[in-house]
Amino acid sequence: MDLLRFITAGSVDDGKSTLIGRLLYDSKSIMIDQLAALEKQSKNKELGEIDLALLTDGLRAEREQGITIDVAYKYFSTPKRKFIIADAPGHIQYTRNMVTGASTADLAIILIDARNGVVEQTRRHSIITSLLQIPHVVVAVNKMDLVNYSQDVFNNIVIDYAEVARSLELKDVTYIPISAVHGDNIVEKSSKLAWYEGPSLLRFLEEVEIQKDINLTDARFPVQYVIRPQTPELHDYRGYAGKIISGIYRKGDVVTVQPSGLQSTIKAIELGGKEVEEAFAPQSVIIHLEDDIDISRGDIIVKTDNQPKLSQELEVFLCWMDNKPLVPGNKYWLQLNSRVVRSVVKNIEYKLDVNTLQKEYGVTSAGLNDVIRATIKTASPVPYDTYKSLRENGGAILIDETSHVTVGACMIQ
Amino acid sequence: MSKYRLDYLDHLESEAIHIMREVAGQFERPALLFSGGKDSITLVHLALKAFRPGKFPFPLVHIDTGHNFPEALEFRDRLVEKIGERLIVRKVEDTIKAKQLTEPKGKFASRNALQTYTLLDTIEEFKFDACIGGARRDEEKARAKERIFSVRDEFGQWDPKLQRPELWNTYNGKIHKGENVRAFPISNWTELDVWNYIRREKIELPSIYFAHEREVIEHEGQLVAVSEFIRLDDTDRVVVKKVRYRTVGDMTCTAAVESSATTIDDIINEITATKTSERGETRIDDKVSEAAMEDRKKNGYF
Ligand SMILES: Nc1nc2c(ncn2[C@@H]2O[C@H](COP(=O)(O)OP(=O)(O)O)[C@@H](O)[C@H]2O)c(=O)[nH]1
Ligand SMILES: [Mg+2]
Repeated sequence: MDLLRFITAGSVDDGKSTLIGRLLYDSKSIMIDQLAALEKQSKNKELGEIDLALLTDGLRAEREQGITIDVAYKYFSTPKRKFIIADAPGHIQYTRNMVTGASTADLAIILIDARNGVVEQTRRHSIITSLLQIPHVVVAVNKMDLVNYSQDVFNNIVIDYAEVARSLELKDVTYIPISAVHGDNIVEKSSKLAWYEGPSLLRFLEEVEIQKDINLTDARFPVQYVIRPQTPELHDYRGYAGKIISGIYRKGDVVTVQPSGLQSTIKAIELGGKEVEEAFAPQSVIIHLEDDIDISRGDIIVKTDNQPKLSQELEVFLCWMDNKPLVPGNKYWLQLNSRVVRSVVKNIEYKLDVNTLQKEYGVTSAGLNDVIRATIKTASPVPYDTYKSLRENGGAILIDETSHVTVGACMIQ
Repeated sequence: MSKYRLDYLDHLESEAIHIMREVAGQFERPALLFSGGKDSITLVHLALKAFRPGKFPFPLVHIDTGHNFPEALEFRDRLVEKIGERLIVRKVEDTIKAKQLTEPKGKFASRNALQTYTLLDTIEEFKFDACIGGARRDEEKARAKERIFSVRDEFGQWDPKLQRPELWNTYNGKIHKGENVRAFPISNWTELDVWNYIRREKIELPSIYFAHEREVIEHEGQLVAVSEFIRLDDTDRVVVKKVRYRTVGDMTCTAAVESSATTIDDIINEITATKTSERGETRIDDKVSEAAMEDRKKNGYF
């Protein structure tokens, strides 16, 4: 059994929450007491039948306003897979929440209301999916019941979306007609959609191949913590604790530590207290080196024959996430995995309209939810990969030096 | 390439270890909040994997309500002795005395809410800047929205509207003096995941998780253990039933379930077949209001 993380995106009322409720309900992940609470609330709101959407709207403000504000994480499993759903709100003022949910997703379900087809929000969600490099996309054409389960309606939407996918270079796109409210094509294939030949949504989620999304070629090991017991028996023990974010490490590998550039060889690898010959992403391990060199948190151990880039100047797409606008020249901490360095946003090249992909030049600041192309200068060199080539070592956050809040997400180009 | 494929439990384990090491790497004075239940026992197991052969970079902290199951306390002490780590116990009883707090009254007078005072005092006493906890997002709807690194202000309060975005596997632990972070390494685990992990890793648990005979009363469909901490009324009928606990909290606010499960396999079978959530079935304190947990968290609860 493996693990798939996905995000759902759609405009308000496209049926996101209903779809998630349906997946949980039909996979028997909702318990009786939770249903009872739902029934009670649904009655409170005079909706008549139970409102599956209430399952995901966890905060009082959300229930009161009937909308999803923050990312909610939901879980269900089938005998094949465990699923983690990030349910993110769709409105433009919550772009940052979608970016957050998208950052760890293996797959995005983009919901389209069959009656409305591809709309501005669809483009925006697709652009974010592409910016965040979510490997797989499912276009779920919902509310098919309201268009008489029409194949023509579905086909036209597929044609329209294919154009969006092409312009954004989305690699793996699958189209599924559904009705979340009625459960058509969610778990079982629906006879009302007999013309559709593909799998049901759940079947697809269970079977989509995700193992190959893990990069086993470019080995990267950010050091989180140095273990030095300094007891009489373990006097010389010095282990570097961290998670292999990509690639494979073996005993005897010749490695380089960045940014220092010092070289050594792997003496031993420990996994869960046992020595192993090799370890791979995403395992958390302890690595020992032959030489006593200076390594601390924030350093990255890589193989000498496959190194990340090293620079003090980063070209990024930056999604701004703070109410306070970004002012070029302001200083921020930049955190990339375990490395934290001081940085300054030097120059905004352009602002990207996330609805249309149009570039607006000459902007001097960025506000909440803006996506900009910018140059960031760092106080010391940062070992990185481009976000496109290695998501695990190409995404960094910006932290405000005074408020300590996470204010930006950088995709390094 | 199937050689390099990991089981979902390995993914969850590695994520949890990574989070614990981030706490160790980013904070000066972290602590691990240890309740004696299966989730915190799992955290200890994960900490062993994260830091051995070194010592834990944090003490275990138990906020003791005085209403614990004796089996859970014995287990706690044995575990601490076995792993040779430091345990700090702070008692709600003492906070009640020192601060002249009012003990809740009633049939199942629970000190659950008073725990928050002791917790905040303990954080203050030891100047903890991060507290690792065993909360899971599947437990409850407000938890489903909480970050893995959750910043609390000086009053321990959680503000759901001011949560920091949390991207990739990057955790922002920067805080101001007086603030602290609650870190939840098993956020993404479900109850069943925890049990499956306990089975796989052969983690030892207190005996009350397994079926045993116990004197209970039936109250609004829930089985509550007879103890000195609850008030028996004339209408209560004390019966002996074969029960086990799905969660281990206070004797006053944790209900037992009828069960004949004597092994982890039995328990997993029962949980897979059950139709009621862990909190719904066993927490006597969560039914009060739809937003009970959200409110408690805003006030500094775990
Ligand atoms: N007829 C029909 N209505 C649907 C379908 N899916 C969702 N809805 C309704 O659309 C409305 C909005 O759904 P909701 O899940 O809250 O949308 P969200 O804003 O995307 O989370 C609700 O009244 C749903 O009952 C569907 O497949 N068919
Ligand atoms: Mg919704």
